[in-house]
Amino acid sequence: MSAHEITLTVNGEEVREAVDARTTLVDFLRDTLGLTGSHVGCEHGVCGTCSVRLDGVVVRGCLTLAVQCDGHKVETIEGASDSGALADLQETFRTRNALQCGYCTPAMLLTAAELLARGDVPSRAAIREYLSGNYCRCTGYHAIVDAVEAVARARAGATS
Amino acid sequence: MKPAPFDYARARSVEHAVELLGREGARVLAGGQSLIATLNMRLSHPSLLVDINEIAGLDRIARRNGHIEIGALVRHAQAERAADIAQAAPLVARALPHIGHPAIRNRGTIGGSIAFADPAAELPACLLALAGEVEIAGPAGKRSVKADDFFHGLFETALGPSDVLTAIRLPVATRDTRVGFAELARRHGDYAMVGLAAAARANGKKLGDVRLAFFGVGATPVRARHAEEALAAGDLETGVKALDRNLDPPDDVQATGTVKKHLAGVLLCRVARQLSEPVA
Repeated sequence: MSAHEITLTVNGEEVREAVDARTTLVDFLRDTLGLTGSHVGCEHGVCGTCSVRLDGVVVRGCLTLAVQCDGHKVETIEGASDSGALADLQETFRTRNALQCGYCTPAMLLTAAELLARGDVPSRAAIREYLSGNYCRCTGYHAIVDAVEAVARARAGATS
Repeated sequence: MKPAPFDYARARSVEHAVELLGREGARVLAGGQSLIATLNMRLSHPSLLVDINEIAGLDRIARRNGHIEIGALVRHAQAERAADIAQAAPLVARALPHIGHPAIRNRGTIGGSIAFADPAAELPACLLALAGEVEIAGPAGKRSVKADDFFHGLFETALGPSDVLTAIRLPVATRDTRVGFAELARRHGDYAMVGLAAAARANGKKLGDVRLAFFGVGATPVRARHAEEALAAGDLETGVKALDRNLDPPDDVQATGTVKKHLAGVLLCRVARQLSEPVA
């Protein structure tokens, strides 16, 4: 069960590490690279807290192996946040009180950002459906849906 | 939990994958959305994962001789966006949004869903309802298997240990094609308590070639043949009654067999309505 040398891009920077085949992407990001914004929840793809971007799309960090990411691009909440692309969403989560403990928040932001990237104003039902793979235990989703809807409207207003 | 140790190899081609799968305890890794969950829970313990994700050409969608061929590595999200699938395989297009969640569909593959053959999954039932075919590459070369012969038992299919599912092939929908899809799940994205994928051919005001594939009601997707005949005869009421003979769902964590049977009848009524209308 040998270690595998992998080279990948994480948040725009090239990373070269040796990983065990069984190391999941989220464990690699947290334990090897110290990027602890991606969280570990259920570890079987249900709760969504481990969400990260792989080659531009949101995937489960617990259902992807680090070794599979050799030659690919990964972006975490740290990179997405630093880029400023989520700033309005983050600010609206704050003002709408769309988080309490914050455990689900990084993944909620990435998932919501993917929905908002479509550019339209989704219905509340569509927002709920898109976020259905991300579990939140404290805010009951209502404020989160409010925040996502508010950003969609604000962005649409800003562009029209 | 964390997976037990295993080896990992990237297949460079389908032939290379078949060769690597010759090793005892080797398994194919495609999207991994079911497999890696079972590894994390230590429900499965392969000695080697053969990653087929980097094999070029397995992610294509192509029309050929009245069929649409969907490569094994086509992701669910890619299929959802594909105009060709919306047009040529409207049943699949209706089923896709019910699979998991967006992040799962970004990574999960069409081939993986079929090969894994979860009895409560949507796509195996669609394949069966559409009388599709599965393209397989194995140690003895290539072969194709009809959907009716593909699903053998609980998570068991016509795939041998060294076989790779390379594509599925579905007949292209025509003006006469009718499809219907419905499922009941406790939460959106969960595996269905009961689901139904159906296809038929409109013949004037009647239906012919009715194929009803229920899922979540047994070890494999299950065709309800007496109900198919009843629907072809235009008798929905008899069709619903026939489910009593055609389905024998076991109790599971979601519902008792009795409840599932009742729900199957509810779904049949909903799907019959869809089958009476042309595909939009």
